[in-house]
Amino acid sequence: MGEAAPIGSRAAPASARAGIAVPGLIFGILAGLPLAALVAPENYLLDLGTRIMIFAIAAVALDLVVGYGALVSFGHAAFIGLGAYAVGILAAHGIGEMLVSLPTALAAAILFALATGAVSLRTRGVYFIMITLAFSQMVFFTASSLAPYGGDDGLTIAARNTLLGIPLFKYPRVLYYVALAALAGTFFLCRAIVASRFGRVLRGAKENATRMATLGFKVYRFQLMAYAISGGLCGLAGFLLANANDFVSPAYMSWQRSGELIIMVLLGGIGTLYGAIIGAASYLLIEEFLSRTTEYWQVMFGPFLVLVVLFGRGGLVGLFARLTGNRHG
Amino acid sequence: MSLVFVQILNGLQLGVLLFLIAAGLTLVFGVMDLINLAHGVQYMLGAYLAVAFYGLAGSFLLALVLALAATLGFALALEVLVFRRLYGRDHLDQLMATFGIILFLDQGVKLVWGAAPLSLPIPDALSGSVTLMSGLLYPVWRLVIIASGLAVAAGLYVLVGHTRVGMLVRAGAANAALVSALGVNIRRLFMLVFGCGAMLAGFAGVMIAPILSVEPGMGDTILILAFVVIVIGGIGSIRGAFVAALMIGLVDTLGRSFAVDILRLFMGPSPARTVGPALASMLIYVLMAVVLYLRPAGLFPAAGR
Repeated sequence: MGEAAPIGSRAAPASARAGIAVPGLIFGILAGLPLAALVAPENYLLDLGTRIMIFAIAAVALDLVVGYGALVSFGHAAFIGLGAYAVGILAAHGIGEMLVSLPTALAAAILFALATGAVSLRTRGVYFIMITLAFSQMVFFTASSLAPYGGDDGLTIAARNTLLGIPLFKYPRVLYYVALAALAGTFFLCRAIVASRFGRVLRGAKENATRMATLGFKVYRFQLMAYAISGGLCGLAGFLLANANDFVSPAYMSWQRSGELIIMVLLGGIGTLYGAIIGAASYLLIEEFLSRTTEYWQVMFGPFLVLVVLFGRGGLVGLFARLTGNRHG
Repeated sequence: MSLVFVQILNGLQLGVLLFLIAAGLTLVFGVMDLINLAHGVQYMLGAYLAVAFYGLAGSFLLALVLALAATLGFALALEVLVFRRLYGRDHLDQLMATFGIILFLDQGVKLVWGAAPLSLPIPDALSGSVTLMSGLLYPVWRLVIIASGLAVAAGLYVLVGHTRVGMLVRAGAANAALVSALGVNIRRLFMLVFGCGAMLAGFAGVMIAPILSVEPGMGDTILILAFVVIVIGGIGSIRGAFVAALMIGLVDTLGRSFAVDILRLFMGPSPARTVGPALASMLIYVLMAVVLYLRPAGLFPAAGR
């Protein structure tokens, strides 16, 4: 903790430069990906790309609280699950209108985040990690026992959501661009939050919560608000995931899924937001390609993660910055 | 009534099992400030190694000793290769690295021993049942598990509370830097604690192998339960881990057995059958949330944290 260092001043020039170039590059690639259909079957590419963007939304949302608020949530998969189950349960009752299901998904995730966040934020550090895990396990077991909605086996969604009765999501390409728009919206929203006064308080509390409290900020309220926003964005990811997979299952919210989200954020580079997108993409691409070569791909992937931790501080973004001599972070 | 008694014994058995795993986890956490998600795979490894050595040696006792030695050796190798570099790092880094180790070992055992569940026979002399009350038979092996768990707890109590090494461990949990400054080789102490903790988890795996199927991923569920235990008990506290482990074991077992019956008093049989199992599964997490809400550092917070 630097002596009275102006909070958020470190690495400002570098992130200002990367703040335009890298996200621009990422979104350019994603927007153009469907054109690559010349070299690979289009539906395969679109499915993979959609999945990457959905998890990238969740990873960016997680980075908002972990990277800028030092609130390590080990239960973010629960929010995805809540969003997905909102779609699934409504669909089971014949309601496939996204003007109903999307607000429901968001509300479910946000309300759950507010309720659990209010309790969790009383604890610190490791205890916070564990209590968020506990809450997500509760949702996991609730979903597992929802016998009318498939229980352990999950729930198949007969038809994807419609917009004013138009079956938009039936077309993979439309779903792809909707996911892209959602990811872009999430990214720029989170970036605006981080840059705002609200974000400064959040980052200040990460550095020194007592100091921020002494300055007169109700740190708890800021953190709860950030947690709720993050949860709501994961609900959005869940809404898209249910539509992309035509299926929801308790497995969406297992603790391993929450762990994977953390790893995506770390793999890309924590506290950069675009790092979370890169991390989600790398994680899912590595999984995709390794699992094609061997059934036992995790035997290779596990040690890879260990090596990244031991030798690749700052994740892929940090590695790239070191390679290019850009003294970022 | 005898059903309640049997379930209490089952709860105790789960409790001591959780204690064996949580003891190492809480010490590693308390002394080295290391979140070790890979602690559960040590338990799995203990079970697999016992099956493998039993196949070679044909004797349970020999298999137990060899499996313990092998678990200890493996843990020490892991400590030197990976964990040593994680002390003092950010908790997030530790989560990621140990998650990687889980992925590796869960798939690794599948690669070596196959995905199908394996089993280990109960030693002949201990395979029967005893009559505890009239008309109440209970398997001897479960009693052996309870007894051995309690014996380990007593041993740890003496070791940690009343020996020089134990004093250093407790001092390390309170303030590792200061202990190091006083001239104690803190690295060797860390290695000792880490090795012993892993061996205890391996021991739990060997003991449970005869009544549970040995399969990849068996350590993952129990790991989360062990984390619940150490968080409720207060990180770094052996006593807290013991109390919390028995509490969790009893609450979980009794909840699963009687939730439906109890709910039936308040609602119809059909909703009770739906709500009961869900409520039973999340009971311990509710307990943990309540404990942390009331006492944010657990029931027995270790001194100096």
